Amino acid sequence: MAKNCHNDYKMKFSGDEEFPDLSLHNNHMAKVLTKDIYNKLRGKSTPSGFTVDDIIQTGVDNPGHPFIMTVGCVAGDEESYEVFKDLLDPIISDRHSGYKPTDKHRTDLNFENLKGGDDLDPAYVLSSRVRTGRSIKGFTLPPHNSRGERRTIEKLSIEALATLSGEFKGKYYPLNGMTDKEQDQLINDHFLFDKPVSTLLTCAGMARDWPDARGIWHNDAKTFLVWVNEEDHLRVISMQQGGNMKEVFKRFCTGLLKIEETFKKHNHGFMWNEHLGYVLTCPSNLGTGLRGGVHVKLPKLSTHAKFGEILTRLRLQKRGTGGVDTASVGGVFDISNADRLGSSEVDQVQMVVDGVKLMVAMEKKLEKSESIDDMIPAQK
Amino acid sequence: MASNFYRILSSKRNVGILSLVGAGSITGAVLLRREHVTASAHVRRTYPASAEYPDLRQHNNCMASHLTPAIYAKLCDKSTPNGYTLDQAIQTGVDNPGHPFIKTVGMVAGDEETYEVFADLLDPIIRERHNGYDCRTMTHPTDLDSSKLHSGRFDDRYVLSSRVRTGRSIRGLSLPPACTRAERREVERVTVDALAGLSGDLAGKYYSLTQMTDAEQQQLIDDHFLFDKPVSPLLTCAGMARDWPDARGIWHNNEKTFLVWINEEDHTRVISMEKGGNMKRVFDRFCTGLKEVERMIQEKGWEFMWNEKLGYILTCPSNLGTGLRAGVHVNLPRLSKDPRFSKILDNLRLQKRGTGGVDTAAVGSTFDISNLDRLGQSEVQLVQTVVDGVNYLIECEKKLEKGQDIKVPASPKGN
Repeated sequence: MAKNCHNDYKMKFSGDEEFPDLSLHNNHMAKVLTKDIYNKLRGKSTPSGFTVDDIIQTGVDNPGHPFIMTVGCVAGDEESYEVFKDLLDPIISDRHSGYKPTDKHRTDLNFENLKGGDDLDPAYVLSSRVRTGRSIKGFTLPPHNSRGERRTIEKLSIEALATLSGEFKGKYYPLNGMTDKEQDQLINDHFLFDKPVSTLLTCAGMARDWPDARGIWHNDAKTFLVWVNEEDHLRVISMQQGGNMKEVFKRFCTGLLKIEETFKKHNHGFMWNEHLGYVLTCPSNLGTGLRGGVHVKLPKLSTHAKFGEILTRLRLQKRGTGGVDTASVGGVFDISNADRLGSSEVDQVQMVVDGVKLMVAMEKKLEKSESIDDMIPAQK
Repeated sequence: MASNFYRILSSKRNVGILSLVGAGSITGAVLLRREHVTASAHVRRTYPASAEYPDLRQHNNCMASHLTPAIYAKLCDKSTPNGYTLDQAIQTGVDNPGHPFIKTVGMVAGDEETYEVFADLLDPIIRERHNGYDCRTMTHPTDLDSSKLHSGRFDDRYVLSSRVRTGRSIRGLSLPPACTRAERREVERVTVDALAGLSGDLAGKYYSLTQMTDAEQQQLIDDHFLFDKPVSPLLTCAGMARDWPDARGIWHNNEKTFLVWINEEDHTRVISMEKGGNMKRVFDRFCTGLKEVERMIQEKGWEFMWNEKLGYILTCPSNLGTGLRAGVHVNLPRLSKDPRFSKILDNLRLQKRGTGGVDTAAVGSTFDISNLDRLGQSEVQLVQTVVDGVNYLIECEKKLEKGQDIKVPASPKGN
């Protein structure tokens, strides 16, 4: 078992001397971490050497976020969720609506189980997107991995993606060595991800060695996209203009399953278990890791007093069109599922489809100055 | 100087220090000689060194210039007794390929032993950065006798302010890139304790960043004393901003001419400054204050990290030796436009910066002029260099005012 020499050295200090000052903090980690839990966990480390201080560093360095309650911790490897369960289980419960350590998570990537989703009004729904993440079993995660590991993850990903064909035939663009022309095109397509600037990520060590072994793959049609070695090993994205979420989800499921098949053939499955579903860097992305959403015009509904309430009841969340750290522009919102763990991919995309359909109908009513009171849904 | 350290090392408190840093560094702490520090257990590796070697093709910093695959392979399995590794030390240089104004060092030390365990990489970097200083064969002179400084009063019509800064590290505690929260808090405690013992014109007060009131914060900002969380990726990628603002703070004397930063880029940064051109007084206060603080910590059984090869040990290899930057804000409207300005500065062993510090450009014609060198010459020698150099620059400015021509001084001997 590998040991973290630095952590052994740290054990010479008492838990009290090392316990972080969380008095100004407002994130899930700060709410859960007590001195007792810290003392219990500080002597442990995962087989690859990840420790409780590594887990919580981002939460210590980032007391709060203006728009969302952040998690405040990350996993360094698959084993983090087991070795540090005394800390992570309560955080998972808080973040995922009371999910218990004994609960089981259902995975359903059968796109045929989705009802509807092909008739969202494109006058309101400007674009549709489904993303998730996948971690390759046997490797440590972005907060912890070494250059050697990251490069191997890239190599395996390139090999797997190169086997895709038909609508999934595409090309890989490594961040290091991209031509200016390729870079401009990827920016115009809104595909290019840049070095993380969010301190939530940089304080967790995810931007180390940038841009080594990072890259973007997309299919020729530009509707299926994979990010390699950004916040997770892989981020898989299916997207297109307009409101045909059904098509987006079908492509998402088909592509994902093909990729998983290829990785399995090379003896590298994805990190998954029946309690936590797909294992990813951030505890908020456990389960499906899925964020299915639309960019939708809701200028009237978004200023309605009950907008927040409606979203909560529909189990949806809003973001600005620039993503998680932005505010909305011109009444256009990014609306997506709030849940990740405890419900399946189909369940979550269904909630988006049904919820957005309802909200567009509400918007149309408000345009005609009609009331929407009888349309307000019950809590899902 | 050396004899003081040996005396301290036999004191009772030392038993505490040694047990703190662990058995692996006993020999290193007692003998203070490079070759006796033993690296600790091997770091676990899944991949060969060649798979882990960083991609430095776009890089232009001292680390990238000297880290060959062979050196990487030799050092990547090692760690200091406290567990600091090569990958950690070079991370900042891997993450920051270059800097627009200066060739950065590209690596940091996590503890005193870093300079010994990774000497195969640090020795050539030190040689490059410090004018060929060879720490295997040379010794560094420490001299804080400010009475030796002469002509240290500048013409106030040109020199707006004078300042001398250095850093000091507390032996036995890891440096900012690697320190734990407990160590950082200990640095704060030891330093604040020592500063509380200062008196006379050095008597002052400590302002902890976590407990500062709004009024205190505003006052410190108005005085240009408050340092904020580092934003420079050179520092953040090295891990120096972790746990901010825990155990960080500012101490200054009542007269606001002597200032100590705690747990920013080094354990302590010590600054003496005042408006106007009285560098002599600034340097007097600097030396007195430093010696007083050292005396205070020694009374409690602590000491500064120092050895005769590298002088004062600080986080960045560029600050080894004296860690001293003595400078002025000086107005040189004519000289700064003369095409020979840079060459004159070079030959005087001076560097220019903007008045906002290392990462800024000059505003108008006011420059921050300070010594280039840190290691291989003493504090007195370096401040004298600044004094002589700035006086020369002012003479040039005056000549240009009168329409006379100026001369570029000869390049210094032996450089």
